[in-house]
Amino acid sequence: MRSLLDAWSWLFLILILGFFEIYAQTQTGGTFLFRVYSLQAIGVAASQILLLALGLTLVIVAGHIDLSIAFSTGFAAVAMALAIRAAGDDPSLAMVILAMGVGLLAALSVGFVNGWLVASLDVPSFIGTLGTYGIARGAALIVAGGATVSIRSDHARALGNGQVLGIPVPLLIAMILALACHYLLKHTKFGAHTYALGANRASVERAGVDVKRHLMLLFLLSALTAGVGGLVYTGRFSAGAANAGEPILLYAVAAVFIGGASLTGGQGTIIGTVIGAFIIAVIQFGLVFSGLPPYWQFVAVGLVIIVAVLVDQSKHRVVGGGS
Amino acid sequence: MSALLEVRNLNKRFGGNEAVKDVSFDLEPGECVVLAGDNGAGKSTVIKMISGVYAPTSGTVTLRGDVLTGKTPEAVRNAGIETIYQDLALADNLDPGLNLYLGRERTRRILGLPFLDRKTMRDDAARVMKTLGITVPDPSAPVREMSGGQRQAIALARAVHWKAGLVILDEPTAALGVPEQREVMALIERMKQQGVGIILISHNLPDIFAAADRIIVLARGVVAGERRPDETSDEEIVRMMMGATL
Repeated sequence: MRSLLDAWSWLFLILILGFFEIYAQTQTGGTFLFRVYSLQAIGVAASQILLLALGLTLVIVAGHIDLSIAFSTGFAAVAMALAIRAAGDDPSLAMVILAMGVGLLAALSVGFVNGWLVASLDVPSFIGTLGTYGIARGAALIVAGGATVSIRSDHARALGNGQVLGIPVPLLIAMILALACHYLLKHTKFGAHTYALGANRASVERAGVDVKRHLMLLFLLSALTAGVGGLVYTGRFSAGAANAGEPILLYAVAAVFIGGASLTGGQGTIIGTVIGAFIIAVIQFGLVFSGLPPYWQFVAVGLVIIVAVLVDQSKHRVVGGGS
Repeated sequence: MSALLEVRNLNKRFGGNEAVKDVSFDLEPGECVVLAGDNGAGKSTVIKMISGVYAPTSGTVTLRGDVLTGKTPEAVRNAGIETIYQDLALADNLDPGLNLYLGRERTRRILGLPFLDRKTMRDDAARVMKTLGITVPDPSAPVREMSGGQRQAIALARAVHWKAGLVILDEPTAALGVPEQREVMALIERMKQQGVGIILISHNLPDIFAAADRIIVLARGVVAGERRPDETSDEEIVRMMMGATL
């Protein structure tokens, strides 16, 4: 029973893929899944969610939350676009890379403030990052002058729309970062301390771990992956927008919880988050594919979140729960 | 035999309140000293001065001749004094191996990258717990699935594994059921046999008499008396705790 509950997200992913495939076969006579275009579209949608969800997974495992990523993404997108604009029309690769660095610094500055609030000032992360959510939103809108910052850069466009062996670059970037985050969470001391922090702060404190430094690094990591999401956005749409990450925040949080994380911390995996992101991406693309009004995706993702929480609760009941 | 721990004339003042006055005692390797006393008698203050959480107003603590007074809790632990609090400070979602090694995890390199060596840490945990008489049913299961006694054993295993010469146990049986209390008392006995010195804080008389080689009774911050279990009685200890004797 327990292993079935652990595997439910895999099963659920296969189930909705099967559902849309049968729908496609019977209604349109075509295929849903076995087309390069579908796979690429799902992959890009999943990578957008993942870039916000990867760093967030570690923050949630540690028992915290980071709401500000919605606008760390936007801040990074706008900062990169402005830097490219400052460099002139279709700047060199070196200048684009520099602009990406500027974008990441913008996102990291939000992460630094989060880390400082939560680690040094003991502000609850929900409140602290809700504050920086607003601040980053304002900052992104102010530097962008309230508008979308459009750019002309082939290098930047390749970042958002290029392919390597048929794999979209955004998906490639998200997968590399997912692998790195998986290694960090599953196989390093840092990861073990992150789990321990989520279960019992005293356990890591008494083990001599610098908890403040650890929290700071977690929020920087969360801002970093969200910032990469902003860079990819600017590349994809040849424009930086302050609200680039806003519609994705809910999906990112949902992906982490569908993937097995718990609001109380101490649980969750990167593999789970990756599956969660793909479940949402399949729902998004599948509903568009099947011709339903796209607004149904909000309803569908909302339902999946509720199912995820119910599964998590029944899991606790099956194993007798924590102490 | 030279003393493992020497506590000399400890005083602690919080503002105008003298919490601990002139407390001195020794502890030999493999000996269990019980600090008994009512709430507010100064037991916790004394152990916090030993473990480095409080700096004494005056007095010294030495372990094997090295002065510990003024060191940080971490330095005191590295010197070989492990303090186990009631809450055990375990990470419930991790296995016994990672709990044993928390903060000092073992890694092995694969392609130049360090990976947690879960298997070695698990095996070590199972082995150390076996020396304490506890068999871990599933060494890869998180410790929240274990009994209170087994969880206490993990905390004690940490002390044994890191070669603590002295373990301070703060009310270890307070939150446990009767069978688990027995398990913990047996663990203390095995730690003593391994030559570990133990300071046990308790106000549970059966525990005190079961574990102690010596009982030091504190009352209102001073040592009200010191007895061997075979030369005293429940009544006398209680009377001393209430501050009626001496």
